[in-house]
Amino acid sequence: MTATVDVVAAIRVKTPAGGLRHNLRAVRVVWQREMIRFTRDRLRIITSLIQPVLFLFVLGTGLSTITAGSTHSVNLRTFMYPGALSMAVLFTAMFSAASIVWDREFGFLREMLVAPVSRWSIVVGKCLGGATTASLQGVIILLLAGVVGVPYSPTMMLTVFGELLLLAFTLTAFGVMTAARITQFQAFMALNQMLLMPLFFLSGALFPLGNLPGWLQVLTRIDPLTYAVDPVRRAIFAHLHASPAIVARLNPGVTWGSYRVSTALELVIVAAMGAVMLGIGIWQFRSAD
Amino acid sequence: MGACGKTPRVPDNRCPTTCRDHSGGTTTTTTQSVANAVSVDRLTKRYGDLTAVDSVSFDVTAGEIFGFLGPNGAGKSTTIKMLCTLAEPTGGTATVAGYDVRREQGSVRRNIGLVFQDPTLDQYLTADQNLRMHAELYGVPRAELKDRMTHVLEMVGLADRRSALVSTYSGGMRRRLEIARGMLHAPRVLFLDEPTVGLDPQTRSSIWNYINDLRKREDITIFLTTHYMDEAEYCDRIAIMDHGRIVVLDTPEALKAGVGEDRVQITTVDDAAAIAALQDRFGVTARFAEGQLTFSVPAGEQFVPRLFAELGVGIKSVSVSRPSLDDVFMAHTGTTIRDAESGGGRELMKMFGARRRL
Repeated sequence: MTATVDVVAAIRVKTPAGGLRHNLRAVRVVWQREMIRFTRDRLRIITSLIQPVLFLFVLGTGLSTITAGSTHSVNLRTFMYPGALSMAVLFTAMFSAASIVWDREFGFLREMLVAPVSRWSIVVGKCLGGATTASLQGVIILLLAGVVGVPYSPTMMLTVFGELLLLAFTLTAFGVMTAARITQFQAFMALNQMLLMPLFFLSGALFPLGNLPGWLQVLTRIDPLTYAVDPVRRAIFAHLHASPAIVARLNPGVTWGSYRVSTALELVIVAAMGAVMLGIGIWQFRSAD
Repeated sequence: MGACGKTPRVPDNRCPTTCRDHSGGTTTTTTQSVANAVSVDRLTKRYGDLTAVDSVSFDVTAGEIFGFLGPNGAGKSTTIKMLCTLAEPTGGTATVAGYDVRREQGSVRRNIGLVFQDPTLDQYLTADQNLRMHAELYGVPRAELKDRMTHVLEMVGLADRRSALVSTYSGGMRRRLEIARGMLHAPRVLFLDEPTVGLDPQTRSSIWNYINDLRKREDITIFLTTHYMDEAEYCDRIAIMDHGRIVVLDTPEALKAGVGEDRVQITTVDDAAAIAALQDRFGVTARFAEGQLTFSVPAGEQFVPRLFAELGVGIKSVSVSRPSLDDVFMAHTGTTIRDAESGGGRELMKMFGARRRL
């Protein structure tokens, strides 16, 4: 055996006893895996962009022929643009969370669960990975701004990107929270379908949130996605040239009674929800063994 | 290198086995000296009314290949899951690599490697990336990572395919990669749960070459579960498990010697009459198993002519064999492994099939 010395040296691998640094390494590697899988899966990137594009250019263009009268100078597509951005983020974030169930069903999750890392690092890595990949999808739609009449202002782009990142994180945390205990991929997808449509329809992506009948008014205020779409819409409208009347009609913001919720508060709400759902997700993961 | 043939650990020059050459005459007993790699005391696991593992106790010495033999549903996988901290014991205690499986989970995990039947590789990553990920999760120091990865890949013969996606690997290659990955962080105990199930004979034999090689090259204890008798022959000691209990535990040779007698199997035209005749005329109790009558006699070859002359029932075929582990199993549990699997074990199998998922 010629390699005895190497063998002796090799078997001295000493793995450290836990600690924050080790867990952060785990967070990083889980994040890296998400990124590798995302960049490799080109087909997925393209197909998950089709929906927002269809939404914006087919639905938007078609419906704008009916709504032109009431939106005047602002094209319906411009109005729906924040919705398209959220849609891109929403689907990707959910898919990321669904991959947990996929991993569980096809074994890879056990490799992570049996490793000497805390559960929280796996969950956080997953959420960060999902947030990054979903935001990247959002960025691709963001690059289409000019096509829908939104100027390419750097400040606006950066603001919107930041808001999308926050949204992506919260959505992934939501997905991870629901995926923590589900064992079958199909069950998760079914749950997904059930939730995504109501969340999206009630978010103000498709219609302004002022002057709605009572019951609808209440429902839209409860929808968490509303508080993510509104800041994006405000940021975009701040850079449009439109009369104040139109802006008031199309961008009334989210009102609780007579109080118009400020952007800062909206972002805090989204962030807080993300944190809470992350916490619940970690807790669920701890007990899923 | 001392008489034991193993290289001592640096820097304390302690020998992995208890060989005099390296201990320098003094016996230094540290807490992690030649203590048992795995120590189990009355370990129990209950799922509601069902007792999957019933108060099992045994010890595994450091450096040995220890086998758990038994049909599906016997409780082997459940036991191994408890030892790997994947399942919570209902009762009893167990220590692995010196750490308690209930209270020191992190330490247990750091010191064990797992290779299970279900694949746990990420098919969309390359072999390198899979190994890298494992290394990060286990905290393998960066300085040693590269060499260690090359070492394990060479050990299983996959070094030239390391940059290929795992989806391009055959079943045997994936299993080898899993073994390499399980070894990456140099664990003290390697758990192999049915490591060659579903593989063709050639791959099975080459994987066993790697495992035996592994044992010689690294200071490691291998804990194995299997329902293949031929695999059990590789083990230093075997525990036979049935219905959640350990029926017997010893070296394969001792177990076979314990059964002692030759096994004679015959097929007859009238099994019931044959059984009666064997009992009356020869005082031999025969069992019916797998379509044949089986019984044990001290000298099988001398017995056969007598059998033909005196049985009085037509015999269609006869075979005489020395004791095998199948006979050991039969002697201790009353069934062959195949019969045990197709019989009452089915209910247990279904339960564990559903439970295996996390």
